[in-house]
Amino acid sequence: MSAATTGSKAVFEAAALEATSLAAGGPAATVLKTPAAPLFSRPRPNRPAYMDEGRLLRRGLIAASFLFVFVAIILPLAAVLSRAFGHGWGPFWAAATDLFTVRALKLTLLTTVSAVAANTLFGLAAAWALTRFNFRGQGLLITLIDLPFAVSPVIAGLIFILTFGRLGWLHPLLTAWDVKIVFATPGLVLATIFVTLPFVARELIPVLAARGADEEQAAALMGAGFFRVFFEVTLPHIRWALLYSVILCAARAMGEFGAVSVVSGHLRGKTITLPLHIEILYNEHKITEPFAVAAILVFSSLLILLARNIVETVAKKERYLDVR
Amino acid sequence: MYVELNNVSKNFGHFQAVRNVSFGLEKGVLGALLGPSGSGKTTILRMIAGLENPDSGDIFLDQLRVNDIEPSRRGLGFVFQNYALFRYMTVFDNIAFGLKTQKVPRDQIRQRVEELTALIGMEGLESRYPAQLSGGQRQRVAFARALAPNPRILLLDEPFAAIDAKVRRELRSWLRGMISQLKITSIFVTHDQAEAIEVADQIIVANLGRVEQAGTPLELYRSPATPFVARFLGDSTVIGDYRVLAGFENAPEGAECAIRPEFIRIYDLQEPIQYENSVEDGEVVSLAFRGDSIETGVNVRGFVLTAFRSLEKRPLAVGQKVKVLIYRLYAFDREQALLIGNNRLDDVADGYRIGI
Repeated sequence: MSAATTGSKAVFEAAALEATSLAAGGPAATVLKTPAAPLFSRPRPNRPAYMDEGRLLRRGLIAASFLFVFVAIILPLAAVLSRAFGHGWGPFWAAATDLFTVRALKLTLLTTVSAVAANTLFGLAAAWALTRFNFRGQGLLITLIDLPFAVSPVIAGLIFILTFGRLGWLHPLLTAWDVKIVFATPGLVLATIFVTLPFVARELIPVLAARGADEEQAAALMGAGFFRVFFEVTLPHIRWALLYSVILCAARAMGEFGAVSVVSGHLRGKTITLPLHIEILYNEHKITEPFAVAAILVFSSLLILLARNIVETVAKKERYLDVR
Repeated sequence: MYVELNNVSKNFGHFQAVRNVSFGLEKGVLGALLGPSGSGKTTILRMIAGLENPDSGDIFLDQLRVNDIEPSRRGLGFVFQNYALFRYMTVFDNIAFGLKTQKVPRDQIRQRVEELTALIGMEGLESRYPAQLSGGQRQRVAFARALAPNPRILLLDEPFAAIDAKVRRELRSWLRGMISQLKITSIFVTHDQAEAIEVADQIIVANLGRVEQAGTPLELYRSPATPFVARFLGDSTVIGDYRVLAGFENAPEGAECAIRPEFIRIYDLQEPIQYENSVEDGEVVSLAFRGDSIETGVNVRGFVLTAFRSLEKRPLAVGQKVKVLIYRLYAFDREQALLIGNNRLDDVADGYRIGI
């Protein structure tokens, strides 16, 4: 029995050894070949040899990924930028500093900042409640938070028209109070909030859940009140996740088109955000202007992407504090 | 009594975690709440701390009923099982936290933290983060953090559970020394009887939500009040009908008995035996080297007893025939436990003495 076990073990080890040398092209070949192999089609150093896909498949997958990104992202972006600057810096600058463009930019910033602020507060509250308390409807709340991801933005806009619009059921109340929501800035902010609602909460819930409440308990036991516990114990832990989610939320809020388009009413200079402005300019068959304004959005997206990468790098550096 | 529990009960839903628990601890004493998991020991500790509220009964700290007093106002230091150190704070800020919440002036905080880092032997590590410390160092920081606001009572939840075995022994005696030096009344929770016996002045043995017995380690070990305590402390072998054993034929009847390794002596057949008719025939069934002795399992009349055999003695082999002397055993029925000596041993000893 024991001899048989030893025997089969030996066979297994020999097989494994063979597999290793086969995959690497023999032990001697490894030394020569590895440095010369191109960087982008080598298996990761810790990837076991028996899981090797073979060079052809490896290169194929990498090439397909690059090609897809190029066709779907790089090419269109390049097209936008080339149209924006196709007639030189002058027309671009004229379009970018046009009164309506500046107003649209201001309105976009206003809606973005308001929506992000509201969703940050909501996200913190919901994440805290969901991970720290037990209450009826927890599952429902989580599902509802995800709802905006599932609902088309156009429908989101329509919801607000049906609620606050002329035929909406809250309209009499709004007229009585002389509040304008639809076809005004509040409507744009509400629509943007709706569309970007999941970002902060979704990011924070797993972080808070994974971290547990033991440090918070320890702090409370030492006499710390809620705000001290939150700002000194909890916030340092979630700050990068929070910042990351705020950045993503801002990116999405700035570019929001569908929902905003429905509630905007397209009052030029009043309820037009940058994405809507681009559409209008495009529909007016302008040559440079829509692309120039689009370039502004592209640049701000790039800035946001840069900010996100910085946050990620800094957060990674601080991760050593989490080692238990 | 400095810490006193009076008929304290706590249910979690239908589960009775703690049932009518009463015990007291004098000032300056280091007490251990000892019990298996599910015994309610941690719940008792958490109720003293105020992290749980008892359903009924009273908790007194220094003569004052604290049931309705907020945890942070009970004057307690609490060391959590996993320490719950603030990961994003340095050692200094961790220790200073409790003082900051009490609005202690800055220079006094600095002074107190310096005092404590010196006490725990971690000067110069004040700016480290918990992740940069070893398990033992983390425990010491947790200890200092709990002590910083000068609590009247220190509570520790399984303080050694998160530490590997080698460091654990060191930390045990370190903590023992620290607490006796500071003379602070302390209670710690443990499931490890060896740990409780080694560290505590007083042990409260909990089982199924009740206190089985409270007393000094020696008292509990020497005169266990219940079968559970007899079984839980020491590596006893529990057997049923002990009256078949040589020397216990006339012993009082009981349901079962516990035999500790130190109650047993094994003779190989060449060794001289002082009291020939007080021994049983046995056969070695297992041998385990324990460093300072050999844990030996012997089969006596179908019972496998555990004994320790000195390394100085002739080595035994599995299957070897031996003679086994049982000095005494704990017999118990449902109500009580009795320490019963081998009566042939007594007879012979007496006869021997008279004969001379």
